[in-house]
Amino acid sequence: MPPPRSNRRPAPRVRTFPLGDTALLAELGTRLDTALNTRAIALATALKKRRDVRQAVAGYATVTVHFDPDQTNHDALSAAIKRLAAKRPPMEEPGRLHRIPVVYEGPDLEEVASRLGLAPERVAELHSKPIYRVFLVGFVPGWAYMGPLPEELELPRRHVPRTQVPAGSVAIAGRQTGIYPLPTPGGWHLIGRTSVKAFLPDRDPPCLFRAGDRVKFFASTR
Amino acid sequence: MSVLRVIEPGLFTTVQDLGRPNAISAGVPPGGAMDRFAHRAANLLVGNAEGDAGLECTLNGPTLVATRSCLLAITGADFDPRVNGQPVPGWTGIFLGVGDRLTFGARRSGGRAYIAVAGGIQGERWLGSLSTYLLAARGGMHGRNLKAGDEIGLAREAGGPVVSGRQLPERLRPRYEDHTLFAIAGPHIRRLDADSRSALFGAAFKVGREADRMGYRLDGPRLAMLGDELLSFGLTAGAVQVPRGGQPILLMADHQTAGGYPVVATVVSASMPVAAQLLPGDELQFAEVTLERAHQMRLSLASALVAQRDSLR
Repeated sequence: MPPPRSNRRPAPRVRTFPLGDTALLAELGTRLDTALNTRAIALATALKKRRDVRQAVAGYATVTVHFDPDQTNHDALSAAIKRLAAKRPPMEEPGRLHRIPVVYEGPDLEEVASRLGLAPERVAELHSKPIYRVFLVGFVPGWAYMGPLPEELELPRRHVPRTQVPAGSVAIAGRQTGIYPLPTPGGWHLIGRTSVKAFLPDRDPPCLFRAGDRVKFFASTR
Repeated sequence: MSVLRVIEPGLFTTVQDLGRPNAISAGVPPGGAMDRFAHRAANLLVGNAEGDAGLECTLNGPTLVATRSCLLAITGADFDPRVNGQPVPGWTGIFLGVGDRLTFGARRSGGRAYIAVAGGIQGERWLGSLSTYLLAARGGMHGRNLKAGDEIGLAREAGGPVVSGRQLPERLRPRYEDHTLFAIAGPHIRRLDADSRSALFGAAFKVGREADRMGYRLDGPRLAMLGDELLSFGLTAGAVQVPRGGQPILLMADHQTAGGYPVVATVVSASMPVAAQLLPGDELQFAEVTLERAHQMRLSLASALVAQRDSLR
């Protein structure tokens, strides 16, 4: 059996940037890419085991590291991160598959369709076609960043974010899609809604999705 | 074991501790007291651990009546605290006897006052913290801000000798009146054009009307960004992110844990207490500092609390 693709690639060059004096951003790349995301998750897992690291959160292709400034500093931790990132990531287990019903009647659907030069029905069709990967969980409790979205649906975020987006809104931005788990501010385009609860406050962790999970949307009438 | 009864809750009073930093990987904000220095100091002044839960009072204070004798301290903003009508000093341990009434007058400085009670305040624990998180209606007092009639309980009996009159001298407190927020250039600073970069670290900004525990929108010069959108990444309190409209947002304790807007600066930990005391309409400016300088500032502020802690031993 050939080795998985992510392990055959050379380790990405990591750049680190300060996020104030108690955190840093380690950037493995700038592309939306499953292999990079797998590496970011592995790096975050490795970093969480260090005593001088308080928390490490993987992004699409980054790790945000919150460290104890009494035990380390930006330069020392950056050097350690570069050493860790050079290691092969472990094999990734295939994530769980979630099937999510969507009513494609979002307030931005018409505008999205017209900006993309597509019929609204075609937007729904394209959105519900792929099996998406959950790249990261973050933003607000239970929010999962999923993708990659088909290229035909790619649009920049709204110029001015909405101050309130209803819970259950299914939204797209760039090559990403997701479900608003709570009423929150947000800058994505709302194309539909779902009855599925992504935020489960009485569970620990309190969210339906985990990084690495797979998600399939399907059109529904309710 | 009620210790204080809420007669009037104040505009927005919540139970807070030092938050739930480990919940951020589930998208839950770290939360906790906005002004960590004032929160920690209040606890130390009454002999608590720094991470015990207390009250965070926004814009004005509550009216509380002691249902048993207790030691408390009020720090952070100065809302003219009084016991039975008589002014009492802030940043000082004060005794309340049964029936004593704690009230607040007009706001004199700052935006958030902190009240700690010896023994710590009781609350609902959610994901490892008593901090109130309104959006999810969890933590603290049933996940909401205080209301009239609430009974505030003690987490435990105050341990050891309970001593009033301990004070944190003014020279050891953050310089709240100076609204300069020291900041480290952010990962995406190069996306600002030259004019916007000099505006970021030179122009005056004003806290906008949309300013809460999640973050503050800042009115001021628009910051023009170059380049494509970013893939979402993990954020931190103090980060200054710039949405496409060019109006920066300063992230605070209940901030979104990830986002894709460029981060052009991050306010250093030593300046976060100052940021926490700002209210809509307050002016501020960012001043760029090095990591080395931020480190010194952090140690200098922390030493005030270390001195307080040591004085209790």
